[in-house]
Amino acid sequence: MEQTKSRDWSVVLRGLQSLIGLLGLCIILSLLSPRFLTTGNILNVLRQTSLNAVMAVGMTFVILTGGIDLSVGSILAFSGMVAAGLSHSGMNAAGAIIVGLIIGTALGFISGLAVTKGNVPPFIATLAMMTMARGATLVYSNGQPKTGLGDDFAFIGNGKVWVIPFPVIVLLILLIVAYYILSQTATGRYIYATGSNERAAGLSGIKTDRIKILVYAISGLTAALSGMIVTSMLNSASPTAGSGGELDAIASVVLGGTSLSGGQGSVAGTIIGALIIGVLNNGLNLLNVSSYYQQLIKGIVILGAVLIDRKRR
Amino acid sequence: MPLLEMKGIGKEFPGVKALDDVELTLEKGEVLALLGENGAGKSTLMKILSGVYNADRGEILIDGQPADIRNVWDASKLGIGIIHQELNLIPDLAVYENIFLGRESVNPITKRINKSELKEQSKRLLAGLGVDLDVGRAVKDLSIAEQQMVEIARVLSMDCRVIIMDEPTDALTTDEVGKLFDVIRSLKKENKGIIFISHKIEEIMEIADRVEVLRDGRLTGSKTVSDTDADELISMMVGRELKEKFPKVKTAAGDVVLEVRGLNVPGILHDINFNLRKSEVLGISGLIGAGRTELGKTLFGVYEYKGEILLDGKPVNIKSPGDAIKAGIVYLTENRKEEGLFSDKSVAYNMTLAKLREFTGRMDRVEKRKEADEVRDYVDRIRVKTPSIAQTVDNLSGGNQQKVLLAKWLMTNPNVMILDEPTRGIDVGAKVEIYNLINRLKQNGIAIIMISSELPEIMGISDRILIMHQGRITGELEDKDATQEKIMHYAVNI
Repeated sequence: MEQTKSRDWSVVLRGLQSLIGLLGLCIILSLLSPRFLTTGNILNVLRQTSLNAVMAVGMTFVILTGGIDLSVGSILAFSGMVAAGLSHSGMNAAGAIIVGLIIGTALGFISGLAVTKGNVPPFIATLAMMTMARGATLVYSNGQPKTGLGDDFAFIGNGKVWVIPFPVIVLLILLIVAYYILSQTATGRYIYATGSNERAAGLSGIKTDRIKILVYAISGLTAALSGMIVTSMLNSASPTAGSGGELDAIASVVLGGTSLSGGQGSVAGTIIGALIIGVLNNGLNLLNVSSYYQQLIKGIVILGAVLIDRKRR
Repeated sequence: MPLLEMKGIGKEFPGVKALDDVELTLEKGEVLALLGENGAGKSTLMKILSGVYNADRGEILIDGQPADIRNVWDASKLGIGIIHQELNLIPDLAVYENIFLGRESVNPITKRINKSELKEQSKRLLAGLGVDLDVGRAVKDLSIAEQQMVEIARVLSMDCRVIIMDEPTDALTTDEVGKLFDVIRSLKKENKGIIFISHKIEEIMEIADRVEVLRDGRLTGSKTVSDTDADELISMMVGRELKEKFPKVKTAAGDVVLEVRGLNVPGILHDINFNLRKSEVLGISGLIGAGRTELGKTLFGVYEYKGEILLDGKPVNIKSPGDAIKAGIVYLTENRKEEGLFSDKSVAYNMTLAKLREFTGRMDRVEKRKEADEVRDYVDRIRVKTPSIAQTVDNLSGGNQQKVLLAKWLMTNPNVMILDEPTRGIDVGAKVEIYNLINRLKQNGIAIIMISSELPEIMGISDRILIMHQGRITGELEDKDATQEKIMHYAVNI
């Protein structure tokens, strides 16, 4: 055996790589803009990032099995819209939020069924779900934003515990739960196994169909959670909310070092990936870079990061 | 002067001598058959001739001129065409597009493909093969036999001087085989040379002029078909001495553990009946495509079946690998990379995946210390050479990877282990270790089904041998009665 390493450091290193990128980005921005490194701004970045990061955590589950979920932006909009409608018509916040979360989970579950029992490729199944959920949002809202929600609804997006914005706390709890599932439980192992070698997983007695349905349901749930937060933050649900959100979520997962072919990656990496995107958005705003250039720069960063990652492997 | 001469051809793959000093000549207008067991080197030799592989040693002469064949284009320029065993057609393209792929006749100015002309030619080629089909249909909509005919037409359209046919009749009915043979006879009249690879001895006796027999990468003899018979050819195929040592251990077989009654999988397995006893190694032999792996996988819940499976006298319903594992039946795959290993994961991860639930405590949490203890125990017991249990399995040798998979199944405490080609792709030393391990398992009362293509192995390890042919069991031999010739007779079913 010429191999003497007792631990697979390459995985650890890949996680660190994105962390180093994030820190580097922060250092550059704090030099360029004195406003970047203020408590207020940092908390703002975290609050903004949490919307995308919550969705990206669910996306990580899907991508670990080798799938993809394009429907998260639309599920965000639909579940947010329904919750807003219920709150508007007098339901208490807890009830409206629970219904919203159930809807998101159910839509994810349906995508999972289409992928496994219907044998539809994940890209197509979730593309269809993306279009359907967006359409349902427009039908339900008649194309109009819903405003004037109950006061109790505002806390999840705007509340604070001490100085920490409540969405950041939601994200932290979600992160801990997701980390626990993926790295400590049998179910987590089965998720990685399904992405690493689906045939071998099936021949090990794992019900890979159930695992796949589970991950799409989780992704639907986190998309809906993100929908609750954004609806609360804005005190209004917009029929176009979350458009393109799936792409930021996928970009966060990829920047976090998770392999698109499945089997390798972590939620910790995904959070770092989401922070890179959030910090970049914030920094470019602080530097008064026009939103047209922002898109361009974001694209270049994503491509560059993935190219570096490929070279390393 | 012969049309083709191959001299001193040698080829090695990592750890295996695939071909050793092979000499071959082919005259104009001759049909030469290549005969040999699975893995004897027939296909490798033909892949060298057609430019898929490069030989390590030796030279090829065509019409007495040295030919430098480095890739398939060189071969096709020299007029060497090969009809592959695995079909090389593009499923979504039409029949005529496949036949003329890469050689389309185009209008010199507009570069438009002259479809009607290609269709016309395709029709004529297929008519020559006695096949009447719409050449505009996509190849994926054709039956396997029709696809085989398209493949044959494709090679004929290249107007080759040497045509290699690698098991061309596997998918064909008797009628279609007859038509193919008519075509071969007319090619002979056109003075082409044909190399015909098959393990069907009857066919070789019918169509070939001469037979070359390959065994373990060497030619063991050349016979004119009119001077030989099936028995002599079989003994030339299998007559190798037992090189490896098989440390067979005799144990008294116990009670019947597994009973299979009237097992059927449509199109794959037909009326399979057998018993398996405790402490018994039951070998399953047969040629590629005989249905051995499918039988193993059916018992493991991969295919839906009709018929009865009884464990300890009680009928069990096995619908998935999960059911099989619970019932105590496990299957070690022949295909380690695609169906066995999680190659980017650690030794520990690979070993415990099938019984992970036994390590989980509250809230589905895997108790990693307990897991690691058991993994270390197995690593020591079956001597997996790995620097640590956290090592990625990709970095282990083939033999050690196989031990990891064996440990994975042993951990589930099986009563019946199905081992599919358990020593494929591993070196001789590791093979003997695996044989010893099989013997130990047998002494511990586990019932073992061993599927193997290597006759000496199957004879050396099994207590009893079943032989399959086209999805049926065609013979059963006790180990003391088994000879390679007898097994081969049942395997080719003549």
